Formats: sequence, structure tokens, C-alpha cells
Amino acid sequence: MAHAAAHDHHDHDHKPSFFVRWFFSTNHKDIGTLYIIFAIIAGIIGGALSGLIRLELAEPGIQLFKEGTWLAQLGLIDASKHGYNVVVTGHALIMVFFVVMPATMGGFGNWFVPLMIGAPDMAFPRMNNISFWLLMAAFSLLVLSMFVDGGPGRGFGGGWTAYPPLSTSGHTGPSMDLAILSLHLAGASSILGSINFITTIFNMRAPGMTLHRMPLFAWGVLITAFLLLLSLPVLAGAITMLLTDRNFNTHFFNAAGGGDPVMYQHLFWFFGHPEVYIMILPGFGIISHIVSTFSRKPVFGYLAMAYAMVAIGFIGFVVWAHHMYTVGMGIELRAYFVAATMVIAVPTGVKIFSWIATMWGGSIEFKVPMLWAIGFIFLFTVGGVTGVVLANAGIDYSLHDTYYVVAHFHYVLSLGAVFSIFAGFYYWFEKMWGVKYNEILGALHFWITFVGVNLIFFPQHFLGLQGMPRRYIDYPEAFTLWNQVSTWGYFVTIIGVGVFLLLLLEAAVRRRKAEANPWGEGATTLEWTLPSPPPFHQFNELPVVKPDTH
Amino acid sequence: MSSNDPSDPVRRRNVRVALVAGAGFFVMLGGAYASVPLYRLFCQLTGLDGTVRRADAAPGQVLEKTVTVRFDANVRDVPWKFTAEQTSQQVKIGETKIAFFKVTNTSDKPVTARATYNVVPEQAGAYFQKLQCFCFTDQTIPAGATVEMPVLYFIDPEYASDINTRGKTDVTLSYTFFQTEAQQAAAEPPKRDKAS
Repeated sequence: MAHAAAHDHHDHDHKPSFFVRWFFSTNHKDIGTLYIIFAIIAGIIGGALSGLIRLELAEPGIQLFKEGTWLAQLGLIDASKHGYNVVVTGHALIMVFFVVMPATMGGFGNWFVPLMIGAPDMAFPRMNNISFWLLMAAFSLLVLSMFVDGGPGRGFGGGWTAYPPLSTSGHTGPSMDLAILSLHLAGASSILGSINFITTIFNMRAPGMTLHRMPLFAWGVLITAFLLLLSLPVLAGAITMLLTDRNFNTHFFNAAGGGDPVMYQHLFWFFGHPEVYIMILPGFGIISHIVSTFSRKPVFGYLAMAYAMVAIGFIGFVVWAHHMYTVGMGIELRAYFVAATMVIAVPTGVKIFSWIATMWGGSIEFKVPMLWAIGFIFLFTVGGVTGVVLANAGIDYSLHDTYYVVAHFHYVLSLGAVFSIFAGFYYWFEKMWGVKYNEILGALHFWITFVGVNLIFFPQHFLGLQGMPRRYIDYPEAFTLWNQVSTWGYFVTIIGVGVFLLLLLEAAVRRRKAEANPWGEGATTLEWTLPSPPPFHQFNELPVVKPDTH
Repeated sequence: MSSNDPSDPVRRRNVRVALVAGAGFFVMLGGAYASVPLYRLFCQLTGLDGTVRRADAAPGQVLEKTVTVRFDANVRDVPWKFTAEQTSQQVKIGETKIAFFKVTNTSDKPVTARATYNVVPEQAGAYFQKLQCFCFTDQTIPAGATVEMPVLYFIDPEYASDINTRGKTDVTLSYTFFQTEAQQAAAEPPKRDKAS
């Protein structure tokens, strides 16, 4: 960064002008801030789409996605059964690629990996900027794809998995092509980002910061970066094959030309399964720091925690076919995938029990980040247990594509990953924004959200066990009660989001000055040695790390 | 942050790590495409997904156990009448049998199409072997003509011992004729027509 170097000698904390700072930003903290703001906005859009789903499913029959409703008058989304599928697809893609990944990797990763390992910035600051703006382009393409012709109607409605033939001959319009290009750009953004993280963590650690002294959040980001680097190219390949099947008469997935649609599922899930760990591993790191900080104890079993994440990342690559037990695999193949999948419960259990052991005998303070962290441990464990249930091919035969699966992955992602994001957001709130948040509003946000999301998703276990299939716009009357409860839960959650926005507003208006380390002796990582907010350029004198500082 | 000076050792180390990571990207992308032939090979070797295997010679061994083989014939977007001349055959495991299919071109011009096949149950794919068939090559039939197409097949004796297939007494062989690309282009120029 030439301009920064030129200014360093006379003004240590000189910031560039607004446009240069936020549009050409090469500063890891500014880019992290951009990612977090983007994730909040995309989260509100994705959350609004899930509201349309819950409103439609509030009663049996079709309420919303038909002629003459306010949705039809609004005209943004097809008021048809296809429109419902488009909303489900849009919700999934936005939440996965434009909310959870930008918040954990782009936001917290950019902000805190350099701070935690004692680096002045990321290894490739300009590449970091490209990563962010590629994501903006990807998001624009995805939103655009919802409004152009898909074939059966406006938008692509084939689910985030985009299985052919529904995504090839089933959607002949340009919408699917735009969605594919959007995923290409989002993938390029993430791959550049992960190369940046890997280089930063390998080469730019402060003197004395060995890998085995590195904070667990940096470990989580490092493993996530490897998962991204190795799984996203496979998705890129698979969707490029879809693109050529659609437009250039190739037959990768077309049975008529000797291709096999099931191969797409293998390729997709070879990416898709690591992807779910990509969404949760940085969260694992965040939770470790918070639990340790608010128990005033070092993390129990630090090395086991780090290598449990390595193990989860590694096993995550060899279990993909448990998403597709019903395609007709042989019994030996299914037996292998059942066993391999269940093995993941072992390192995950190591993590859960180590968090509990960290709290055990600690001097626990139930500050807002700790509430979210304990909420995370509880909800993630619930989701993990239903995951072990679904890992059984025999049980999965009847639960495949039911609401039980929907409940399972929302417990680990919508509740698990999102709770870890909020935990990190409150944990680092003062550090990032330089102001304090209101403790009561934060606690209120947690409790309302906790009740709300459990009301949404716990009844979906019952619906799934009773056989309600996912992705359908309608259901028999027998499923009414629990669908209604689920929709009420959505409204409770919306109140929680309102409290969150109120908290942001309150903090912005009151501007209580932040402390460098508001959490006291429990917060031991390097970012707490800096003022809040940290200077525009930090660690010009590299910190020296001694043993036992993680 | 690292400087842009290429001789800076930190910079050089960073670029080296980034290049290795970039190579990892291309290896995985190549892997995704390599999976196309690998997956086909895997399916043909193991009969995964009901892929029927082609064999060069009949097995020496014939078992007493019999299996009912049913025949299914379909066309998709081809103006042909395609039927199996027998609905089913009783075949001893290991015995070579011949089945006939009949195709009539009901249109007034010659039509070219190509057949794909599959067996159910999928696990039987590994053992359902064909010595001769009309699949995966273009078949052209003159206007109004009728052609008889034979399939020479046997069921591998290992069918009787595999845990996935032993005890299964019915196998269905299904063929579907699809339009070939050239035919498709001639038949329906506006490919991007809205469906609804």
C-alpha cells in the first residue's frame, strides 16, 4: 500500500478520504466492516424471503402465492407456485453465500485474523478488496436472476442444490444462467479470500506466534480457507457443466446423450458437505474465545480443539453421499457413508465437551456474548443429534427431503452459525465500532431470538417425522397446528431483529466510549491489547508472543 | 502489510504460498472434470446406478436358479413405435438369451435416434451383461419402415451370491429412444420457448 507507507512518517493514523477509504479499501478492518454491513443487509433480505415462506405455510391451501394477493399486486415476485419455489431457492442461496459466509469469513475473519496473529494487515490487501467487490457483483446477479424469465415463470426455482434435469431442461430461461454466473463470481471471491487467509496465517504471524499458540478463531479460519479452496472448484466445475449442458449441447448430466444426472449430485455434495463446515468452523473458533473469556479460564484442551477442527474438515470431504442415500446406492456404499458420517460426531463431541469443561469450575459471567455462546452450544448440539439420526441410511429413507431435514440443518446453521455470528458481533462490538452497546437490549435480543427460532424450527421435527415433505407450497390439514406455531415463531424472531436494529441505533446515538478491553482478564488474545477501535494501521512494531498466551 | 517490492522476502514468500494455493484450485477444478470419465468408468466397472455392462464372452457356468427378465421400451420425442416382442423371459442365471425389440417409424421421413438403457433393481446392473445391443449408436430408420433389434444378454453367475441381488427374482431392462442432436435442431428451432 503505497499511500499508507507514504503517510506513515508524519501521521500515524491518517485515514484516506471517504470514497478512497470505502470503495478502494485495502485496510483489513475496513473491508471487514464492509462485509459485516453487507451480511446484515443480505440477512434482512434473506430473512424477508423466509417470511414469505412462513406466511404461505401458515394455513393449508394457498394464501399468498396466487392472483389477487398483496404479493401479486406488489409484482416483484411471481405470485404462483413457481414463485414460491423461487423464494425458497433465493432464501437458501442468499443465506449460505451472502450472509453466513461474508459474516464469518469476510467480516470477522478479515477484522480479527490479522489482529489475533499480530499482523499489520492481510498478505494481499488489494486482492482482499477484489474479493469484496466480486461478492457485490455476485449478489447483484443473483437478485437479478429472481426477476428475469426462468422458464416456468420468473426466476429459478430448483432449490440451492440446482439438480438437473430441473436446472437444465426444466428451466430454459436465462434466470438459471444468471444464478450460475452469480455462483461463479461468489466462488471466485471466496477462493481469492481463502488464498489470502492461508498466506496471511502461514507467513505473517508475529514473532513467537507458532501455529500451536495461534488463537482458535485463526485456526477455524485457516481450516475453513482450506475447505473453500478445495471444495469450491468442484462446485465451479459442476455448475460450468450445467451451463454448457444448458447452452452448448454438452451431455454431462443428460441421460439422452449418455450422461448421468446423478453425477451432478455427487459433484455438488462433494462441495456441499464441506460447505456446511465452512459455515460453522469460524463460529467454533468464536465460541471458544467467548466461553474462555467469560469463564476466566483458558480453553480446555486447546490442541484437541484445534485438531478436532482439522479432523472435522478432513472427514467432511469423505461423507458427501449421505445427502443422497435415496439415489439407489449399493448397500456397502451406504454402510460406508453411514459409518463415516457418524465418525464426525467424535471430533464434534470433543469440541462440545471441551466447551463445557472450559466453563466447569470457571467464574462465569452471563454477559450478552456468553448468552449467545451458550445458546449456540445448546442449539448446535440439538442439530448435531438430529444429524446423527439422519446419518442412518435406513432412517433417512423415510426422512429424506422432509421437514425433519429442514429442522436439522436450520438448528446447525440458522441457529448454530447465526448464533455464533451474533456472539462474535457482541463480543467484538466495542472493538469494532468503538462504542458500547446496551446490555439490556442485547440480552433482550438474545432471549427473544432464542424463543423465536426454537418456536420456528422445533415443531418442524414433528412435521418431518409425520412425513411432511420440504419445498412444497401446500400441505394436508393434519399438519396445520405445528405449521402455525412455526409461523408464530417467525414473528417472534422478527421482533428480535427489531430489537437488534434498535440496539444498533441506540449505540450509534449514545456513543458511549469503548474500552480497550471491556471483558477483563479473561480476554487474552492480541486484539484486546489494542485500543478500541484499533488504529487504522496496527502492529507497526510487531508484538512478541510468549508461551501460554492463547 | 507487505510491500509491493518483488525483492522483499516476505512478499516473495507470500507469493509462493499463494501460487501453491492457486495450484490447489486448478487441481480440484481438473478433478471435477476428470470425474466425468472416472465416474463413467466406475459405473461400468461396478454397475452402479443400474449401468448395464457389456461383455465379450458368455460365462461358462449356468446355474439352476431362474430370473424373470422383463422388457420395457419407451420413446421420447421420436415419431417411432417401439415395443418389446416379449414382455418377459425366464432365464437361467448364466444362460445366454436373445430378446427382440421392434421399431416402426410412423412418420413420413427417415428419422435417426439413439437408445439408452438401464436396469432395475439398480444393483443388478453389475451382473446384467450384454454381448450385443443397439444402444448408444445412432439408429436411422426410413419412413414407414419396421426394424427388428436383437439384444443378446446373460446374467452373471455372481448375481446369485451377491448380498445386494441374491433372492431378487425379477430384473427389468428398460430402453428409451431419444432424439439425436441433429434431429433435435431440425425438429424444434425455437429451443428457448417459454413453457407456460
